[in-house]
Amino acid sequence: MEARGWGWRHAGRRRSALDGIDLVISPGERVLLLGPSGSGKSTLLHALAGVHGGAEEGEETGSLLIDGEWPGSVRGRASLVLQDPDSQVILARVGDDVAFGCENLGVPRDEIWRRVRRALDEVGLDLPLDHPTSMLSGGQKQRLALAGALAMGPGLLLLDEPTANLDPAGVDEVRQSVARTLDRTGATFVVVEHRVDVWIDLVTRVVVLGRDGRVIADGEPQHVISTQRDALLAAGVWVPGVRATVPTARPAPAASVVDLEGIDLAIGRRSDVVVRSGLSLALPRAASTVLTGPNGAGKSTLALTMGGLLPPLSGRVRASEGLADGLKADPIRWRSRELLTRIGTVFQEPEHQFVASTVQRELEVAPRALGLDAATTARRTHEVLERLGLDRLAEANPFTLSGGEQRRLTVGCALVAQPRVVVLDEPTFGQDRLTWIELVTLLRALVDDGTTLLSVSHDAAYLDALGDRHLDLGSDALRMEAAA
Amino acid sequence: MIMTMAKTPRLHLVDRVNPVSRLAAAMLLTTPLLLTVDWVSAAVALGIQLVLFAIAGVTPKVLVSRGWPILIAAPIAGLSMLLYGQPEGTEYWSFWLARITDGSIELAVAVTVRVLAIGLPAVLLFMNVDPTELADGLAQVAKLPSRFVLGALAGARLVGLFMEDWRAMALSRRARGIGDHGVIRRFATMAFALLVLAIRRGSKLATAMEARGFGSDHPRTWARESRVGWPDAALLCIAAGIAVLAIGCAVWAGTYHAVWA
Repeated sequence: MEARGWGWRHAGRRRSALDGIDLVISPGERVLLLGPSGSGKSTLLHALAGVHGGAEEGEETGSLLIDGEWPGSVRGRASLVLQDPDSQVILARVGDDVAFGCENLGVPRDEIWRRVRRALDEVGLDLPLDHPTSMLSGGQKQRLALAGALAMGPGLLLLDEPTANLDPAGVDEVRQSVARTLDRTGATFVVVEHRVDVWIDLVTRVVVLGRDGRVIADGEPQHVISTQRDALLAAGVWVPGVRATVPTARPAPAASVVDLEGIDLAIGRRSDVVVRSGLSLALPRAASTVLTGPNGAGKSTLALTMGGLLPPLSGRVRASEGLADGLKADPIRWRSRELLTRIGTVFQEPEHQFVASTVQRELEVAPRALGLDAATTARRTHEVLERLGLDRLAEANPFTLSGGEQRRLTVGCALVAQPRVVVLDEPTFGQDRLTWIELVTLLRALVDDGTTLLSVSHDAAYLDALGDRHLDLGSDALRMEAAA
Repeated sequence: MIMTMAKTPRLHLVDRVNPVSRLAAAMLLTTPLLLTVDWVSAAVALGIQLVLFAIAGVTPKVLVSRGWPILIAAPIAGLSMLLYGQPEGTEYWSFWLARITDGSIELAVAVTVRVLAIGLPAVLLFMNVDPTELADGLAQVAKLPSRFVLGALAGARLVGLFMEDWRAMALSRRARGIGDHGVIRRFATMAFALLVLAIRRGSKLATAMEARGFGSDHPRTWARESRVGWPDAALLCIAAGIAVLAIGCAVWAGTYHAVWA
């Protein structure tokens, strides 16, 4: 593939996402593409796959060619696996889904099924061909998407943050599948990822994009990492072996006041499906509690139940008198507006939470619901925009932000109401190192200023920084907590 | 959905028929029945259908568990005819606008039986149709454009996700301090937000499909062959036979009454 002065500007944005990219990737190379969130890495991958749409979606400058041709005209030569596992499942059964790409390329029927079996074998999805795709875990869905891409026999395999939404076990599954495949097929490989350590042993070359959408470093992995260390760190890349300098967790004082308490809870999103039962936990005031556990253990459900959003199926969630501040002790019985200054909850999926057409208006939702005056609203939204590094995006539509930016915005939307308790579900998914540090520092400062925090996270570094208390839903410790 | 599919009983003959042929058979069978409003044609058709479905393996339990909406709708339709149908002949009872007469009784019976005769075969013929197989059939046998058929098939899978979205959006509105609005306003704003999200999901899905080469001008192959054969012909003949017999009986009995007459 070859790019000459290539650039792309999304329709409706003033700045170019990418500008003046000169890049030649030879067959068989394995490239890790790094850069801060919003630097246009995904845009480049989409363009290579020929799926970034026509003139109505943006404006292209320079030239970008695969084997000397325009990517849109040679679809199938490059295949792309995207970040979101859910939006990539196309058909209802595993075999049919993998076969879909081959069908589109006009592969003969017998050959399709041979390829399907081989691709599933390669990604290690040992499932019957008629297994329903709706029953797969996130990691399995990503491997399914990978199998679908592999079955097409692409010369160029493109992965756009394929592990961003996965737990550590899922990340490992995907990485191993990719390694096996590359060793067998010798395909050219380009992966976008914030976390260098996942791919560093697999790639032969590292390309770094800067915040302005230009190439700032390019070369052999260890060499780029060691010579460009500071530039990479400044670009927000997770350089292996360099820990983020953030305050570390401090144990919560033993006798601290409890703000929010769950007593013998049975939890579930629907009243007829109990996910877990017999859970007891207490959130000490002005301390950060991190909830971990494998996928499907009920972490998110527990967080939403503690946040006064889901009713406990049995047992009780009880707020302290200070937190309830004149209301009944059960958060689920508070009104939506009353919840706002008491418990702020940030969900895992940012797109479910957006209700406004610009970032600025999104942040004004809570102040408006609280009836704050214009000056206070402006001051608070401005502060949040700045602290979360979203100030230059104030007028952008929330849906057009990158995954990491969207997640920071949802955190900002909760913080702007200044709740006493904050509940966060996977706040660090998709964050580059810089925004990660900003976010963690911000949360640490909030906790030190007296906010009570409950987070669900898979992120070990997050646990180090904010795990004043660590609850593991995978173990039975939670049952014992009440007794202790 | 998957659970209920798994419990579906296997049917003789019908299971070996292409979904597209089933669609054609259902149309062949029910269209003539829509053109007349007498009780004889409907009763003949329903009688034959019940016997044939029983032979094919539909037990009374399956009939009730799958056909219950029809079984409920039919008497309701009949009841409204009984009370408000065109009055004719002896009047037995009346209250304000409602009048039960010879004519309305006959009409009520005719309508009840007719709803059953049209609804039950539609439900039973389609009870174990797999959407993927239907799409394969529509594209390969009925030769509908594959872009359209596959787009609809992939889009239909999103419906399940929309239900999850709706639940999550309701919770998130509560968390954001705007969950106190009245039911109507909340429904309206959430419906709009879901629409936005649906478009987003749709375009993501389109991207994922394009990334797998969908929508190029290259001719497409099909991993699953959609075939038609003698079971298809047999089912179509049976459907046509029932329709002819039912209408024929009505004409012979002198009850045939075209809807436009």
